[in-house]
Amino acid sequence: MIFALLGVASVSHYLVVGAILFSCGVVCMAVKRNALGVLMGIELVLNGANLNFVAFGSNYLAADGRSPLGLDGEVVALFVILLAAAEAAVALAITLNFYNNHATVDVDRADDLHG
Amino acid sequence: MAAAQLLPILLGIAWLIPLASFVAILFFGPRMGGHGKGAAAVATSAIGASLFLSLIALVSWTLAGHPVRSGHHDGDHAAVHASDAGQSPGVFRPVAYRSPANNDAAGDASSHSGDHGESSAPIAYSGDWYTLYSGGALRLSIGWYIDSITVLMFVVVTFIATCIHVYAAGYMHDELHDVTDSEVQLNEGGSFCRAGRFHRFFQALSLFCFSMLGIVIAGNLAMVFIFWELVGICSWFLIGFYFERHSASTAANKAFIVNRVGDFGMLIGLMALWGGLGTLHFGDSVNPSTGETQSGLFELVRPAKGHYVQQVPDGMVAFSAADQIGKIAAAQPTASELHREVASALPEWREQGYGKWLLFVAGIGIFCGCVGKSAQVPLFVWLPDAMEGPTPVSALVHSATMVAAGVYLVGRFFPVLTPDVLLVIAYTGGLTLFIAATIAVTATDIKRVLAYSTVSQLGYMMLALGVGGWVAGLFHLITHAFFKSLLFLCSGSVIHACHTNDMRKMGGLLKVMPYTGWTMLIGCLAIIGAGVPFVVGFSGYYSKDAILAQALLFSRTNPQHSILYVAVAGGAFITAFYMFRLWFMTFAGSPRDEHVFKHAHESPRVMTAPLVALAIFAVVAGWTLPGGLGVKGLLEQSRPAGTAYTTTTMGILGNITVPAEHESHAGAIHVTATLTAFATALAGVLLAAVMYFKPLISPVAVAHAARPIYTFLVHRWYVDELYHAVFVLPTLWVARFISAIDTQVIDRFIHSLAWIAKRIASIDAWFDRVVVDGIVNLAGRATWKAGLELKRMQTGSLRQYVMFIVVGTVAIFVLATLLFRTSFAG
Repeated sequence: MIFALLGVASVSHYLVVGAILFSCGVVCMAVKRNALGVLMGIELVLNGANLNFVAFGSNYLAADGRSPLGLDGEVVALFVILLAAAEAAVALAITLNFYNNHATVDVDRADDLHG
Repeated sequence: MAAAQLLPILLGIAWLIPLASFVAILFFGPRMGGHGKGAAAVATSAIGASLFLSLIALVSWTLAGHPVRSGHHDGDHAAVHASDAGQSPGVFRPVAYRSPANNDAAGDASSHSGDHGESSAPIAYSGDWYTLYSGGALRLSIGWYIDSITVLMFVVVTFIATCIHVYAAGYMHDELHDVTDSEVQLNEGGSFCRAGRFHRFFQALSLFCFSMLGIVIAGNLAMVFIFWELVGICSWFLIGFYFERHSASTAANKAFIVNRVGDFGMLIGLMALWGGLGTLHFGDSVNPSTGETQSGLFELVRPAKGHYVQQVPDGMVAFSAADQIGKIAAAQPTASELHREVASALPEWREQGYGKWLLFVAGIGIFCGCVGKSAQVPLFVWLPDAMEGPTPVSALVHSATMVAAGVYLVGRFFPVLTPDVLLVIAYTGGLTLFIAATIAVTATDIKRVLAYSTVSQLGYMMLALGVGGWVAGLFHLITHAFFKSLLFLCSGSVIHACHTNDMRKMGGLLKVMPYTGWTMLIGCLAIIGAGVPFVVGFSGYYSKDAILAQALLFSRTNPQHSILYVAVAGGAFITAFYMFRLWFMTFAGSPRDEHVFKHAHESPRVMTAPLVALAIFAVVAGWTLPGGLGVKGLLEQSRPAGTAYTTTTMGILGNITVPAEHESHAGAIHVTATLTAFATALAGVLLAAVMYFKPLISPVAVAHAARPIYTFLVHRWYVDELYHAVFVLPTLWVARFISAIDTQVIDRFIHSLAWIAKRIASIDAWFDRVVVDGIVNLAGRATWKAGLELKRMQTGSLRQYVMFIVVGTVAIFVLATLLFRTSFAG
């Protein structure tokens, strides 16, 4: 089965890799107690999604072998990377502040907003 | 301007000025001067202006040159008879009003009626100012009927009222400040203190003057009735002036209720007149809507074309003969035929006596009102109690004017009264004068003596009118107004000085109160009719002589009614006795109570000046000036047409002859009457002197010797007790019974309804509380609970949220896949 998959690289293969990356990110977000770990999970989720964009923007999907604009998926992926960088900056600032206030970066301790 | 236009304007304004004063004091009274002192000035100047206008009216009446019709002065009998169209004394003038049994007299009437062709109606001006209501045959209006009595009464009322206003400004001085009324019993003890009511007093006096003048000027009976009731309510205000005193409020109610009894009769009389005649106007009047001239009461009862002989009016005959008209109408004639046949049959029906009862009832009904207002038997009980009011009120309202309204109305209404009614009036008056005079003998309250004396004198007037002495009755009305108001003001002055009404505590006051004492002596002399026989006398001398003479003449012509003369002569004796008993007890002799005597003082000038003014008139009011100028001559000018002659009738109450008044001047009658009056008055004064001045006879011994009579008189003939037992107690029983029905039946029914409503309401409240509120609260509580439960999901744990998102997303995908399988499959 592995070999069958390895036969010819297609969009599906990229999607599978994207899904694995996404799942790894989600699991990382869900199980890491360290806030930095959670941030890393978020990066993984975003990159998984990016991979999907790039895959869907590839020429493989064009009917006549050409995509309408050619670079749609890549452009959106670039946006996502940009946003991820901004998000990481904000998130790291929050984390630092949290650390200053609580002397820890354990997200389980960050339950001040509980009902 | 001619008198016909001038007089209604003058008297109309004189009538309305007190109303303006009343309105002004009503709205601005408390703010007039210090504590309302200005109210006295307003009211006094208003009534003074009325007096001024009335005097102008009197002068213009005199100057208008109204003929002095058959003056009837002493000593000119020859002229009297010559001017009476050859009517010799003793020829009785029958009226058409008679029973069928007297048919032979009918021929007599027709043969004699021609003799009086030149007899004319007296001059009187009448008209309407304003129509209150007009519907069908009924027309109610505010109008005037002015003749010499109207003008004279205006002068008398306004003059006396002016004197009394001035006097009251002094007498009511205490009311300017807060008053402590020691006669009011408070439950918690202590003395009762209230604000002064000075302006309120003058407000009521002004309204009273307006009402009284309204009666005098009234042009129709409806207007008389309106002002009659207004006078009644004013009397109620004034008697109840000290309404915190139980006795005063009771007296006010008593006066009002007793008057209602009389007014009920008056209403019946009004209905009889209106039902039978369709008009209540005295004189002929013009209907403003149709422009037709409508005959007044006087014209209908004494038609000019019938030479003013009294007859049952056509309207009353037709009203009573409805069955006869029905018989004619049964033959179904045309309207004009029916009208003609009825008209031709009317004289015959009149001969048969149709309608005479209606005329009798009308007269008696109107007289009933007068009985109430003029305090005649049996409705005289209110007047002595009315002395609870302030003394100026007693003087103005309950001696000089208001009680005179009844006599005035009988005088005004005189042409309509049949001989039967006159006989009833005469007997009522006789009984009244005798009963009241006897009660006055034992009274010890100075004001009550005067009150009973008023009742007695009013009886004199009624009797005089009843026996045909039209001038005599009204003459006495005017002279009495002067001397009785004088006497009351004197008594007020005494009470003001002594602070008591009890004569047994007075005595010897002449020394300290000379003005009051001497003016009161003049009043006493006037009321007993003192004078030098045939020469000159006080005002009462002339009027009382006239009454005595007329009563004597009546007794001579109707021997079966001689008792009336006995009552008059006996009354004169008793009057003289009790009046001088009053004067001797109060002013003569030595003081009986040193404490009272020591504090007595003459009243201030503002109170004695009216006394002097009234005393002058008490002396001169009866005099006739050279040229026939005098009250008597003025009255004679307005003698109702057709009453100058002797009339004989076979009426409901038997054969009655109402003698002509001028015949009482005949020597035989006049001399006897004058001497009788002089002798009885002298005897009365002498008896009073020997009992109270030089006590040769001890009053106590007399009272002891005649104990049953004395007790009977002290208890005022037990009339009040009788009324209490016969009328008041049954009324109270009925009231209690009805009150019991109210509390036991009606209240219980209402209470049970209320109880049921309360039960229903409580069930309703329970439903509201449990069901409606329950549902609403349940919704609220469920939301609250849900919120509490959901709150737990907000753990604040980041990882948990991520799990929720993941699980949620997956769940949505799974659900979407399951539910929308087809679309994905497609």
